[in-house]
Amino acid sequence: MQDDRELLTEQENIDQGTSEGGQAESGDRRKFLTRVGWGSLAGFLAINSLAFLRFFYPRVLFEAPSQFKVGFPADYPPGAVNSQYQREFGTWIIRLQDGSFFAMESKCTHLGCTPSWMESQKKFKCPCHGSGYYISGLNFEGPAPRPMDRFKISIAEDGQLLVDKTIKYPGVPGKESNEVYPQSLLKV
Amino acid sequence: MKNLTDITDKVKKNLIWKSIFRRDYRNTVRDRAMAVFGNVFLHLHPVQVRESAVKLRFTWGMGGITFFAFIILVITGVVLMFYYHPSVDQAYTDIKDLEFQVPYGVILRNLHRWGAHFMVIVVMIHMFRVFMTGSYKAPRQFNWGIGVFLLVLTFLLSFTGYLTPWDQLGFWAITVGTNMGAATPLLGYQGPFSELLHITPYNDVRFALLGGAQVAGNALLRSYIWHCVAIPLVATILMLVHFWRVRKDGGISKPQK
Repeated sequence: MQDDRELLTEQENIDQGTSEGGQAESGDRRKFLTRVGWGSLAGFLAINSLAFLRFFYPRVLFEAPSQFKVGFPADYPPGAVNSQYQREFGTWIIRLQDGSFFAMESKCTHLGCTPSWMESQKKFKCPCHGSGYYISGLNFEGPAPRPMDRFKISIAEDGQLLVDKTIKYPGVPGKESNEVYPQSLLKV
Repeated sequence: MKNLTDITDKVKKNLIWKSIFRRDYRNTVRDRAMAVFGNVFLHLHPVQVRESAVKLRFTWGMGGITFFAFIILVITGVVLMFYYHPSVDQAYTDIKDLEFQVPYGVILRNLHRWGAHFMVIVVMIHMFRVFMTGSYKAPRQFNWGIGVFLLVLTFLLSFTGYLTPWDQLGFWAITVGTNMGAATPLLGYQGPFSELLHITPYNDVRFALLGGAQVAGNALLRSYIWHCVAIPLVATILMLVHFWRVRKDGGISKPQK
């Protein structure tokens, strides 16, 4: 033990608040070193658990891109819902009777299931709990609390329609999204 | 008879036998106690149990039955892993393979599935019994706490196992379950304060659970790892503490005189 004490540097003595590592302070010194030891271990483990937490958030995703092109406006007949991009991108491309476009997320606002477009009944119907929506995304039956969300849709440089899922227009309860978000509609 | 004793002598009176069992066993109080003391698995268990403590009408034996179900699930689960790939392309067909082609596959899968339902039910009955007999009271409060964690882990094991067949039931269960995480205050992108704290679908708790923003391959793999490795590991450690504390807190709870 005597050897250990001699290994203490001048700096450590200063850290302890003593100018000289005398026999009287050896208890304090031991306490201090014990605290430093356990403290470093605790700090090490704390930083490691942060790293462990960060580990669960991948940097690269092998998912469908959040911006994608969906063909030319002329490909879309008015008054129809296109479900072609539902499976891969979770998005419907909808053209209203007046010729304007919007892109809507295929996700029920109740618990996130995928509703289906029922052409004969002209409504979106969620298979999970029966929520129903008009073509505009406004909910009118079932447990859904608000209209479905829309994405930004624009015309790309090559003339194709471009959907940007990073810009979202969330449905407001009881409000028609066409009126709340006129910018979600693309007039061609 | 002389031949039989010759054979037992040959089997028992050698270094191998003695190295495994260390001492002779006679059916005495002392040797029965030594058998429990000297065994790494049994030493979690009290050396002696009061007669009143094994009254089935009081304990219902539900804790032990839960452990029994866990053992069955570990064994069948490990065997099932030999035929199952946790990938989007193969998971569902592997389950079909197990059900229709793999020898004994269907009974293994059904033992695992029904055993899981069974464990969830008996663990709740166990908790009910402990509550109704007041066995959570001093000095057993700590073990009640451990038990609550074990209950939650049992539910999580059941939930994560639900996704592994990658069928419609599992897919939508995970979708809905992780959306609940997304709606949790301060943790999910749909919850309160999410805009204030800049929580998006790409940095919230749902993202960590799914390994992405969509329920896809990463979600299946993560669910599988939690189900087969991570949660059973934690549950096993907590179970060891749970059983040990039953012993240290004065043996299994028993009727008051």
